[in-house]
Amino acid sequence: QIHFVLLVSRQGKVRLTKWYSPYTQKERSKVIRELSGVILNRGPKLCNFVEWRGYKVVYKRYASLYFCMCIDAEDNELEVLEIIHHYVEILDRYFGSVCELDLIFNFHKAYYILDELLIAGEIQESSKKTVARIISAQDQMVEAAKEEAGSISYIIAQAS
Amino acid sequence: MSGMRGLSVFISDIRNCQNKEAERLRVDKELGNIRTCFKNDKGLTPYKKKKYVWKMLYIHMLGYDVDFGHMEAVSLISAPKYPEKQVGYIVTSCLLNENHDFLRLAINAVRNDIIGRNETYQCLALTLVGNIGGREFAESLAPDVQKLLISSSCRPLVRKKAALCLLRLFRKNPDVVNADGWCVLNTLLFQFIDVPFIFSSSYAYRADRMAQLLDERDLGVLTSSMSLLVSLVSNDYEGYSSCLPKCVKILERLARNQDVPQEYTYYGIPSPWLQVKTMRALQYFPTIEDPSTRRSLFEVLQRILMGTDVVKNVNKNNASHAVLFEALSLVMHLNAEKEMMSQCVALLGKFISVREPNIRYLGLENMTRMLMITDAQDIIKKHQPQIITSLKDPDISIRRRALDLLYGMCDVSNAKGIVEELLQYLSTAEFSMREELSLKAAILAEKFAPDLSWYVDVILQLIDNAGDFVSDDIWFRVVQFVTNNEDLQPYAASKVREYMDKIAIHETMVKVSAYILGEYGHLLARRPGCSARELFGILHEKLPTVSSPTIPLLLSTYAKLLMHAQPPDIELQKQIWNVFKKYESSIDVEIQQRAVEYFELSKKGAALMDVLAEMPKFPERQSSLIKKVEDVEDTADQSAIKLRAQQLPSNALVLADPQPVNGTPPPLKVPSISGIKLDHESASQTQSQPNGDLSKVQSQIPSADLLGEMVDPLAIEAPPVDMGSHQRVYREEDGIPDEVDGTAIVPIGDQANKVEPIGNITERFNALCLKDSGVLYEDPYIQIGVKAEWRGHHGRLVLFLGNKVTSPLTSVQALILPPAHLKLELSLVPDTIPPRAQVQCPLEVMNIRPSRDVAVLDFSYKFGTSMVVSAKLRLPAVLNKFLQPLQLTSEEFFPQWRSLSGPPLKLQEVVRGVRPLSLSEMENLFNSFRVTICPGLDPNPNNLVASTTFYSENTRPMLCLARIETDPADRTQLRLTVASGDSTLTFELKEFIKEQLIAIPMGSRALVPAVPVPAAPLAQPPSPAVDANDPGAMLAGLL
Repeated sequence: QIHFVLLVSRQGKVRLTKWYSPYTQKERSKVIRELSGVILNRGPKLCNFVEWRGYKVVYKRYASLYFCMCIDAEDNELEVLEIIHHYVEILDRYFGSVCELDLIFNFHKAYYILDELLIAGEIQESSKKTVARIISAQDQMVEAAKEEAGSISYIIAQAS
Repeated sequence: MSGMRGLSVFISDIRNCQNKEAERLRVDKELGNIRTCFKNDKGLTPYKKKKYVWKMLYIHMLGYDVDFGHMEAVSLISAPKYPEKQVGYIVTSCLLNENHDFLRLAINAVRNDIIGRNETYQCLALTLVGNIGGREFAESLAPDVQKLLISSSCRPLVRKKAALCLLRLFRKNPDVVNADGWCVLNTLLFQFIDVPFIFSSSYAYRADRMAQLLDERDLGVLTSSMSLLVSLVSNDYEGYSSCLPKCVKILERLARNQDVPQEYTYYGIPSPWLQVKTMRALQYFPTIEDPSTRRSLFEVLQRILMGTDVVKNVNKNNASHAVLFEALSLVMHLNAEKEMMSQCVALLGKFISVREPNIRYLGLENMTRMLMITDAQDIIKKHQPQIITSLKDPDISIRRRALDLLYGMCDVSNAKGIVEELLQYLSTAEFSMREELSLKAAILAEKFAPDLSWYVDVILQLIDNAGDFVSDDIWFRVVQFVTNNEDLQPYAASKVREYMDKIAIHETMVKVSAYILGEYGHLLARRPGCSARELFGILHEKLPTVSSPTIPLLLSTYAKLLMHAQPPDIELQKQIWNVFKKYESSIDVEIQQRAVEYFELSKKGAALMDVLAEMPKFPERQSSLIKKVEDVEDTADQSAIKLRAQQLPSNALVLADPQPVNGTPPPLKVPSISGIKLDHESASQTQSQPNGDLSKVQSQIPSADLLGEMVDPLAIEAPPVDMGSHQRVYREEDGIPDEVDGTAIVPIGDQANKVEPIGNITERFNALCLKDSGVLYEDPYIQIGVKAEWRGHHGRLVLFLGNKVTSPLTSVQALILPPAHLKLELSLVPDTIPPRAQVQCPLEVMNIRPSRDVAVLDFSYKFGTSMVVSAKLRLPAVLNKFLQPLQLTSEEFFPQWRSLSGPPLKLQEVVRGVRPLSLSEMENLFNSFRVTICPGLDPNPNNLVASTTFYSENTRPMLCLARIETDPADRTQLRLTVASGDSTLTFELKEFIKEQLIAIPMGSRALVPAVPVPAAPLAQPPSPAVDANDPGAMLAGLL
């Protein structure tokens, strides 16, 4: 089970956090502080796993961003490592060669996509195509609502 | 960013902040702005509300406290339009956790969306509940969620979310389904019910439902359903056996037939995630009985083991190896035939030397797991050089795995090599690993020393190399060995004498040298440089370099040197008296007291001889080091340390002179005497000695190790305490029964029997502690089974002695060695067991008072004319057998809890080094030893509250309460509070629970035996004790 997902930049800036196990705000900050300390200080060409407080953290660096997922000690590490990559590929497909800036300004999209990939800390969908389809359907619904809101009949309905 | 300029501008502003301070100002400004807008929210358009809520989430993500506006986020959930609703759901699920009160407000809105017709809304609602749903959600939403999962009219999109949502609710409350109305509502909904006694027929039903889900063709739904199955069977596999063949089918479909739609392959591999999950689910079933299913499974596994090649693409490699490693664990779990096992070890051997660090790490990790499998150890040993190389790996994660593996694989045959490597590595290891390293090296040296002088060499070298990281326990322990082994004393003394010649030595070396030279320096008297005067000279040189706690130790040594100087050395006396006089006015009370007392005593001449007589031998006990290593963080969880500690008897017993101090062999006393108790006893015995300094001894903090007393001069002066009654013939780590293996009792040198037991005796004992029938011991000739019944403080155990062979077993003897708190009566055991016959021997047990001590069965028989087989076996008449499950309501629990206000009736302790368990695993564990979890009593979902009743002759039926507060951020620790009306019981129960939490039972996945325990008193099976059926009456009686 994945307990939380953490995206943090090389400068230690948090780009996304998602908690599947209950942590208070205080605990969340502590975890982020501690873990970014451990992970950002690891050199290149080391393994992608860190043992931490009875848990394991699987992480991978993509350009300036570290993607981290915390799992139980007996979970399958490589499986989770590829969930990370799977997520990155979906982001990449959605944004068209994703970069950190995309995720900063569209952090809400990153959350939407993550929600289609994981629920309860377990993988929900392993087809990139299906996820892409669902996300684009959501986008369309938002657009449709916007158009409706902009339509004259809507404005009239609001006014009356 | 679709039209939310305000948000983009805010994010840009934050990015442009030069420093943290500027960022904080900008954030504060924004929070103020949002707060104002929310206050007069009349004019707030949905668009604006949405924008502000996103800003809140962004600020929260940056790590700032956002303590308002939760209401606004939650209220968006019930917005009529999709864009707002979507934002409401996602922000709520990020900002809040399951314990927030605000979430309660949302339950209704969420439920409306789940039962509504709009599938988009259903998805949003299921996602939120799946991600942050807590107990209350479980209670009110589980039926609805389940309907969606099994509905044929729902699209896969909804059903896969429903599966994971249900998984979450199940984790939060496994018997969510017990709630009123659930069973009445619809019989279909029984399928996940966990009420074994009343509804046992529903097992088949829910399992069928689960099995049907596994027929799903949509791989998204199937993957989610598989996760659900893993969660269900990890809690209790029983009832799901119909899922077993389906899992194997799925594996065949994926791994063999590669029959999946293109979009579900990942780098050419058919959904690796589903493959891994399916194999994980299979590991929760104890075994696969159906031969054809088993055969098909092994075929697939064989294919995975052999067909996984290393390729260039990293992701493909990772995915295929994720599958491979899962297959390896499944093979280990299923105890495949030898051939396949050695294939696995060969693969792992290859992995630990590849370049790819992930694979190296996993190779080492899985090799450590493999140590549990008999036969594997010898093959693993062949890889020792490579593992030692990994100890020097640039990656600390890998080094830790290597250290753990080396520690686990160490035995008498390779101890020398491994320990010397560890010592060498110690000088280059980073600081964070040094303490753990030195501790482990010390333990291995102790456990597996081929001879004691080597052990002394290692420890001294350790102190010399890494003194700062050598804890006091380590040098206490070496002193203990030297004291208990006369042969070793001159060697140790000459060895430390050599170190004293070094120019700079560590203070710990000064301590250990001073102690040993004080006690045994006189044995070297004839050697050059070793006269009392010379020893004094060289020790006294060090005095200016040491800290004040070491000075008293040196003073004791001087007094002893003076006493041993033969013929009396006037010059030496003058020098030493000068030192004593100098310290007579020391501001350190300890130093001052010793100086004054030694000075006075040494004037008395002959009296000095008595007072400073050689220290008596230490009672044999479990090394406190092993206990300590279990507390070492990070590795504490599934490290091999504990596994080995359980598996292997410590050789220290053999090394240490087991002869009792007083010449006459003491009665074998099995009980574990915890440090505290022991200290009390020795203190009280000291009191009876006229010369002992009472106040001093009593004021001591009870230490877990008698050696702690050495520092105290008065303890040295106290006449030898009679340790006879405490003498334990075998060691037990302060009552942690796992440490004692039946084989530990037979010294290694004693090759009386060459018959190897089948299976692990400790493991069998542990299993029997949690259930009432099973095999206690087995070897090629005999099997001893146990069946037990418990009724209040009485128990009846029947031993089934079964002769497995075609010739009789003769001279059968069974002797019970009872601990003081149990009355045991074993009926007559026949002298001979005829061929292929089984003999039953009833054993009556009565519990007199609470104690964790264990009764031992000393069993022996003769096979043929010469072969005598004997074993000492612990009997599963343990504390928890005298418990009766009892579940309390909050009205019953809290008044009791409050009335037991503090020590000694209520004890609290922070327990570290706990094996990581999820909350539901922990609940199962408690229920399995009859301490019943009372769900929902503690408002904090990370805590557990439990109750039980204890029966003994001396105490009335005694209510016991417990509370466990876990730390979600650190699973290796928790706080345990235990309360009862009897202080001994409270202490013993607390220690018992602690042992259960820290010990690692053997076996791979199914860590916690799932023993069905009645969820509610009503569901309890007809209980033998009448009053146990009526908790109200019982409580009234207790009050």
